[in-house]
Amino acid sequence: MSKIIKYVVADLLRNKTIMVYTLVLLVLSISVFSMETNAEKGVASLLNIILFVVPLVSIIFSTVYLYNSAEFIELLVSQPLKRQTIWLSIFTGLAGAVALAFLVGVGIPVILYAFMPSGIVLVLCGMVLSLVFVSIAMWASVRIRDKAKGIGLSILLWLYFALLFDAVVLFVVFQFSDYPIENAMVGVSMLNPIDISRILILLQIDVSAMMGYTGAIFRNFFGNTGGMSLTLLVLLLWIALPLGFSTYFFKKKDL
Amino acid sequence: MIQIQHISKRFGKLQVLKDVSLELKGGECIALIGPNGSGKTTLIKSMLGMVVPQSGDILFKGASISKEWAYRNHIGYMPQIGRYPENMTIGQVLDMMQDIRKAAKSTLDNDLFAAFDLQSMLDKRMGTLSGGTRQKVSACLAFMFRPDVLILDEPTAGLDPVATEILKDKILAEKSNNKLIIITSHVLSDLDDLVTEVIYMQEGRPLFHQSLESLKAETGTDRLGKAIAQVMSKQEPKKVEYEQNY
Repeated sequence: MSKIIKYVVADLLRNKTIMVYTLVLLVLSISVFSMETNAEKGVASLLNIILFVVPLVSIIFSTVYLYNSAEFIELLVSQPLKRQTIWLSIFTGLAGAVALAFLVGVGIPVILYAFMPSGIVLVLCGMVLSLVFVSIAMWASVRIRDKAKGIGLSILLWLYFALLFDAVVLFVVFQFSDYPIENAMVGVSMLNPIDISRILILLQIDVSAMMGYTGAIFRNFFGNTGGMSLTLLVLLLWIALPLGFSTYFFKKKDL
Repeated sequence: MIQIQHISKRFGKLQVLKDVSLELKGGECIALIGPNGSGKTTLIKSMLGMVVPQSGDILFKGASISKEWAYRNHIGYMPQIGRYPENMTIGQVLDMMQDIRKAAKSTLDNDLFAAFDLQSMLDKRMGTLSGGTRQKVSACLAFMFRPDVLILDEPTAGLDPVATEILKDKILAEKSNNKLIIITSHVLSDLDDLVTEVIYMQEGRPLFHQSLESLKAETGTDRLGKAIAQVMSKQEPKKVEYEQNY
């Protein structure tokens, strides 16, 4: 397994996109932190950019990479290797590279400017989000043969998680604003890894006071160990489930 | 060495292989021929586990290949269109394969590597290579690990006459080593002096599987090309006859 990871990583390191991604994140975070006088405010501003950019880059870059390595995958499948090993190694290499780019691009400025709980949670959430969206990209690309359609699907998936989901939730919240839906909101937020990350980070920077009663419920839920471990479990499921499905389909795929 | 038992494969609505059963033995050099789209490549890919048939089974040395992978250590495969990672060099591709196959340098078969003079091109990236050079790399990789079974899909397509002769000599040498060699090609004149058996595929099923001599004797011709042309011209009665024999 380590051999294939080695070749995937070697291939990715030669890829300019990942370098540009690292640099953009680095420039973004440093400029945001230098503009804001208060580090907490810096984290809050950076949060919105990151929750938008990281899922987008992770899912699109991975999908394009997977379609472009179709030859490489075909070559590996005709060799004495387990298909599961091939697929999981590609995931490890890809996820490792994207997460590493994020760690360098955002982690270093955070250590320099905002070395505190909110900053650290921001870095951790960004890395988990990278893995989640690489995993979703693996699923999308194994299900769809055609490159253009596959990339289209990943853009749609990103739109769904980044914009449409929140719009639907807002709509529902307004419709049911007369009912006690605060507890249900915690459950609904679990359906979107981006929302989970947003809540986790916001709770660290004390703006949750502005979120009213729901904010208090969130604080109550995410503040205790049980709620926190459940959240971590859900995030892990968001990585494991798409990856598991994609492996299942890859094993049966005709190349 | 390879037994194919009643395999069928459908891509969507298209039935590519229909209940194919074949027995391929060591020491044979088999020409797998047939019109475009008759299922030759799909059959080959099923033997390699790259395509998973909907029904039927393939046995390699007596054991089923479904969900297996180690058996591919004994197969050298030269694909129809060799597709490699664009920004790896020839040297890196060769190293990677040796790494994957866990082969020691001393056990490798470097005849083709030397004959094709790949040494001088080790640093060229795969993306910049011509079709013929890629074929040379594919051929080199197929023979490199001294496999028991060689599967060559259109090996001479794109190769220049000199390289074609080198490859044919190599195939002849391997044939005498009691290996199973499966070749598909549309250039029948290339196959004439190589093969011992002929499998003719038509619309997803083998029309016949017999030795080259008996095919030539039966059709009263001395060249494979002529024999096949004759079979194709009176296909309908043949088909009935062979289905009875099969």
